[in-house]
Amino acid sequence: MKNKFKKEDYIKIYTKMLQIRRFEERAAQLYGMGHIGGFCHLYIGQEAVVVGVLMTIENNDSVVTTYRDHGHMIARGLEPKKIMAELTGRQTGYSNGKGGSMHMFSKKNNFYGGHGIVGAQVPIGTGIAFTHKYRKEKQICRTYIGDGAMNNGQVFEAFNLASLWKLPVLYIIENNMYGMGTSVDRASAGKDLFKRGEAFGIKGKKIDGMDVFRVIEAAQLAGDYVRSGKGPYILEVQTYRYKGHSMSDPAKYRTKEELESYKVNDPINLAAKEILKKKILSKNDLEKINSEIIKEIKDAAQYAIDSPFPEEKELFTNVYL
Amino acid sequence: MQLIAHFLKRKNYLLTFICRVMSIEILMPALSPTMTEGNLSKWLVKEGDKVSSGDVIAEIETDKATMEIESADEGTVTKLLIKEGTESVPVNSPIAVLDGEDKDLSSDNKDDSNVMTNDHNKNENLKVDSLNNEKKDETTEEPDLNLIQKNQKNKKFEFSNYKSITMRQSIRDAIAEEMRKNDSVFVIGEEVGEYEGAYKVTQGLLDEFGSSRILDTPISEHGFTGLAVGSAFKGLRPVVEFMTFNFSMQAIDQIINSAAKTLYMSGGQINCPIVFRGPNGAASQVAAQHSQDFSSWYSHCPGLKVVVPSNAFNAKGLLKSSIEDDNPVIFLENEILYNQKMDVPEDTNFDIPLGVANIPLEGTDATIVTYSIMVSKSLEAAEILKKEYNINVEIIDLQTIRPLDSDTILNSVKKTNRLITVEESWPFASVGSEIVNIVQREIFDYLDSPIIKVNSADVPMPYSSVLEKKYLPQVQDIISAIKKICYI
Repeated sequence: MKNKFKKEDYIKIYTKMLQIRRFEERAAQLYGMGHIGGFCHLYIGQEAVVVGVLMTIENNDSVVTTYRDHGHMIARGLEPKKIMAELTGRQTGYSNGKGGSMHMFSKKNNFYGGHGIVGAQVPIGTGIAFTHKYRKEKQICRTYIGDGAMNNGQVFEAFNLASLWKLPVLYIIENNMYGMGTSVDRASAGKDLFKRGEAFGIKGKKIDGMDVFRVIEAAQLAGDYVRSGKGPYILEVQTYRYKGHSMSDPAKYRTKEELESYKVNDPINLAAKEILKKKILSKNDLEKINSEIIKEIKDAAQYAIDSPFPEEKELFTNVYL
Repeated sequence: MQLIAHFLKRKNYLLTFICRVMSIEILMPALSPTMTEGNLSKWLVKEGDKVSSGDVIAEIETDKATMEIESADEGTVTKLLIKEGTESVPVNSPIAVLDGEDKDLSSDNKDDSNVMTNDHNKNENLKVDSLNNEKKDETTEEPDLNLIQKNQKNKKFEFSNYKSITMRQSIRDAIAEEMRKNDSVFVIGEEVGEYEGAYKVTQGLLDEFGSSRILDTPISEHGFTGLAVGSAFKGLRPVVEFMTFNFSMQAIDQIINSAAKTLYMSGGQINCPIVFRGPNGAASQVAAQHSQDFSSWYSHCPGLKVVVPSNAFNAKGLLKSSIEDDNPVIFLENEILYNQKMDVPEDTNFDIPLGVANIPLEGTDATIVTYSIMVSKSLEAAEILKKEYNINVEIIDLQTIRPLDSDTILNSVKKTNRLITVEESWPFASVGSEIVNIVQREIFDYLDSPIIKVNSADVPMPYSSVLEKKYLPQVQDIISAIKKICYI
């Protein structure tokens, strides 16, 4: 699988992951400056999951995810400046400043949110997959689930329906070890989360989510399985978020050593090492990509800050169609 | 207001910072939505150190916790402006200076005065916005009035073919006609297919449309409602049957948080053309958990339309409009009405627009605003009031609660000067409560008596038939209320 990548694939993988990392760092800064309000959940540390899966997505596939969605949107090809504009509550944001960090959508990119209620996106993603099947389309729906949602009842109702009706949905559990401040082993009975699908006859697998190349490999196989009409599949991706649950979480429930042990396997560094080892790009090339991204994200932040707030009349629009 | 003041205060710090800065200043960050100041407990870099974006530079103690902060920029730390151990450092005040390859966010290609002016303007705007918002809060409800499809009052329906059918059949016919018209319409729910509906409303649909469009689900309201909502986001038009609306409570998160709010949260990108339908309110002696009226619950929520048919005729016309509507619609049927027959047009073009009330009885002395099963009880009461007291009552059948046809209500009360509301829901914060509010606000001077609300008793539904009867509004309660406002 690894050998199949072309140079541009490596560049895409590295660029997307770094774009997410730099975006989130800048978002944290804007939060600190008061430009971003409310809840803000950063994706730093988990970049390999969404970028790995992205590499296997076919154009019209649908995606739905949780509230930790900035990285997902960037991966899906949405414009960082419009995401940042939404985070800062501006008219130019993806939801005209009415959705915010947790509620962003792009119908054009088949990105169906951005859902603020833990677990709610799972039946919704299953319903989008239902639509693909109903219309006899080839697309599948990738539905992301946090480890915290794996104890939420509607998830299992959705699993049951998806398996019963053989719906083309790939469930991706982003197991970042903590549902807010509660670790998986304090919240979930039984060991592997993906095994919960077994009761419904759903196959699954657990993989290392810090290595983007392993994610790509597994996501490709899982995606092919779902696309072949065999029904849903659960991919549990073991990952780690470097930051707290949200901006105001100091993450006291875990040790520094634990965090550092994951940072050693930083997904972006791992990808960079692989790229250098294979002599696909030089250190200078990588540095150049980094500088370009920093500039792009800085411009995105500036664009957001310079954008107007929504006009007062926007308060009453988009309630009904 | 306090929050707004606080936010403006935060903005002012930002202002100060922007005026002063040429190179990159690192600011005291806000680490929660409500943080205004914090203690700088520890520096993790010293002057002269090089930092990259993502490097931890200091520890900040907030009211809740101690957090690490990181640099978002790259460069050399030239100055630490605040000593470690300093308490109550205001958010957004500079704490260190970086001299870097990276210039500050706000100073690119701009001179300082421009930046300040811009930001100043934004502050002003923010302030004006907030004040106006507050003003708005006192006088909302306007959007409701705007949503009414005006000038579409009860047109006379003139169709050549009518047949006498029950409400159960007219609902079925409406679904079938819409399914024939549009492949995207499908039915999903418990026992809707092979069993042909727990109340036999979906009778015959499986035979005609097959199991790919008439979907029997397990008993998983939360799951299948969410699935249907997802399919509607993607462009299908599900008709979700709740065996009774009591079970919709299992799914209310998906109805409110997903179906009703996503159009708004997506800035108008993703709508949810879905109908939730099923019997609502009391049946007969099924007691507290199976006898609840949800009309005021769902009417409370912007983003939902709420439809309340009162007979076989309007059930068909309203359901057809509901299925064709591009918004989520709550369609509240009544089990006791399912068997009532009426002449219903067979014409497939027959529909009744949402947001328009009907006046089944015109009168001059008092107005009754009501909906669903209480329309027939009100008609019964009106007959007695005419016969025994010569009171001519006007009855308004809302047909749709949201959007509410306030014009029809106001025009009627302007004529009769007296009003009661009759509904099966509990009295506290009921649909009637909102109507009372609108009427007293808009046409206070037209009222010749206080408005009376007739509701169910403010208790859970009891089982015993004697108590059940006492719980529900009866014809006699309506008569008493009208007599009272007519001072008889």
